[in-house]
Amino acid sequence: MASVTFDKATRLYPGSTRPAVDALDLDVADGEFLVLVGPSGCGKSTSLRMLAGLEEINDGRVLIGDRDVTDVPPKDRDIAMVFQNYALYPHMTVAENMGFALKIAGVSKDERATRVLEAARLLDLEPYLGRKPKALSGGQRQRVAMGRAIVRQPQVFLMDEPLSNLDAKLRVQTRTQIASLQRRLGVTTVYVTHDQTEALTMGDRIAVLKDGVLQQVGTPRDLYAAPVNVFVAGFIGSPAMNLFDVDVVDGGLKFGTAVAKVDRETLGATKAKKVTIGVRPEDVKVATSGAGLPVNVDVVEELGADGYLYGHSEIDGKRVDIVVRVDGRNHPSAGDKVFITPEPDHIHAFDTETGLRLTKKAIEAK
Amino acid sequence: MRTVDLIEKIVQVGLGLAVFAAVIGLILFLADKAPKKAKDVVQLVVFLAPAIILLAIGLIYPAIRTSILAFSNKAGDLIGLDNFAWIFTQPDAVRVVINTLIWVVCVPLISTIVGLSYAIFIDRSRGEKFFKALVFMPMAISFVGAGIIWRFLYDYRPAEREQIGLLNQIVIWLGGEPVKWLQTEPINTFLLIIVMIWIQTGFAMVVLSASIKGIPTEQVEAAQLDGTNAWQRFVNVTLPGIRSSIVVVVTTISIATLKVFDIVRTMTAGNFDTSVIANEMYTQAFRANEPGRGAALALVLFVLVLPIVIYNVRVLRKQKEIR
Repeated sequence: MASVTFDKATRLYPGSTRPAVDALDLDVADGEFLVLVGPSGCGKSTSLRMLAGLEEINDGRVLIGDRDVTDVPPKDRDIAMVFQNYALYPHMTVAENMGFALKIAGVSKDERATRVLEAARLLDLEPYLGRKPKALSGGQRQRVAMGRAIVRQPQVFLMDEPLSNLDAKLRVQTRTQIASLQRRLGVTTVYVTHDQTEALTMGDRIAVLKDGVLQQVGTPRDLYAAPVNVFVAGFIGSPAMNLFDVDVVDGGLKFGTAVAKVDRETLGATKAKKVTIGVRPEDVKVATSGAGLPVNVDVVEELGADGYLYGHSEIDGKRVDIVVRVDGRNHPSAGDKVFITPEPDHIHAFDTETGLRLTKKAIEAK
Repeated sequence: MRTVDLIEKIVQVGLGLAVFAAVIGLILFLADKAPKKAKDVVQLVVFLAPAIILLAIGLIYPAIRTSILAFSNKAGDLIGLDNFAWIFTQPDAVRVVINTLIWVVCVPLISTIVGLSYAIFIDRSRGEKFFKALVFMPMAISFVGAGIIWRFLYDYRPAEREQIGLLNQIVIWLGGEPVKWLQTEPINTFLLIIVMIWIQTGFAMVVLSASIKGIPTEQVEAAQLDGTNAWQRFVNVTLPGIRSSIVVVVTTISIATLKVFDIVRTMTAGNFDTSVIANEMYTQAFRANEPGRGAALALVLFVLVLPIVIYNVRVLRKQKEIR
């Protein structure tokens, strides 16, 4: 087991002017579960493949433990990877698939069998050891791919969207299994996903990437409570945070007909007349009359205990979409007009120009 | 040709087509109007008849006739297995069978190995398309054309005259005496085999190259991370991945090789101990006026090809089941 360090690691694809991964600086502690998350094309998979050695590193270094592996071929890096499509060897049985790396490494037949059986027990794969991948379901194949990584007992696990080929229910189950398995084995893991829910639920820490540039690294709580910029604010959390521009007025922020009082710290040292604010759907108060931002309700999504109200409003003549969490039993219906005000202590404020957060203060959800 | 003639010809062709269409139309019309009870049967007969008649004339009748011939002598009397006994006992005929076996072992094996190595070597290299075209080109040349080209390459002129054959010219440059390549046994058989390999390697290379590209990249990458070197990846990922293609290539080339005729015919006409079954079949039936022996050779060839065809079909079916 070992830590992983990206030291200004850069990947520039030939014929491209913009790096796919731009000077990535990232430390993954020994035994940590780090999730790389971002929209497609953000460079998260490329970063993982750089760590695996499947992608050339044009600039900077990558270290596993204290060892510089920048120019070490994949086979000598002592890492195991779970691919999105699992990449099982179709002509080998489950047991052969799982034991293949050990066979190559020259591990004796007996030990190989013991270790494969051990991993198979861990993953409920015992009855399937003699089967070929074609005779397995998607979830079983996924577990074989996991087993292949576990059997190796490598320094680092790499996982490239391992759940995206599973159906929704299985994905949620497997998510928990992988996370608990990783904690039990204690192997340093770098996990790539585009799904922020996966990131929040699984990771010890999350690294958010966009356009090849690292935006923020932190615990799920950090990212949720104190996103460093508008991108992270909008990306983490589901449904996404409401983000729109408002005027700064005396004593607070103009919010429709109301003024939301915010303390000076929230706005930092900004002198701007306008700021971009972010309010999570659960941090909004809804009233049928009174002061606030008028919102036309388009639709209300029923989720049992809660509901989400989707509506739109106009600020300075611009249409703004609004999402609000409402009570599941008692909520406005589509076509209604409601007035919303934010919880004053739960407003995230960002610079309109740069999109950067104005304050260091973290905002805890209620 | 005069214009009037041309017009006349076109009218004739048009008339012919019209009559043909009318006859077919009439048959189809009648088939459609058949009484309800017999309709299915009548339609079946009408649509199957052309194919069955052609098959009967071109395949079934000749097959029966050849089988009978194989057990007959020149005069047409049935003589049992004498023709087959001749094939497997007469030294000349045995030689033909042995030559055929040499062909069918060498050509598929070497073509496939060379084609596969080449396909792997140029895979994802710059100018891959060009290198592929280079090796695939001989496939476009007819066997007869290839035979003539290579006969020039092997051509012999006495030492005092200027050589036109590349091989002998090289021998002279190296300080040797020109050799009558195609008349020197047993090397002449192998020189003919090279021509066949030259043609079939392109086929093997193209099919195997496409098959190699069909292996998912992730499998290769997974093997890389599993600690394999290039050779281990080839044995454990590439080879199993293209196994069925290799079977198809080897069997297809084997069948083509068993039936090889043109190359031998054009280059040596089967003289100097180079004859193979297909060539000998022709020689016996149409030159030596021994149709019985020719037919017997044809049957032997058929029996040799049949298992390969059956194996090929079975592998393809099995592959389908896996997918």
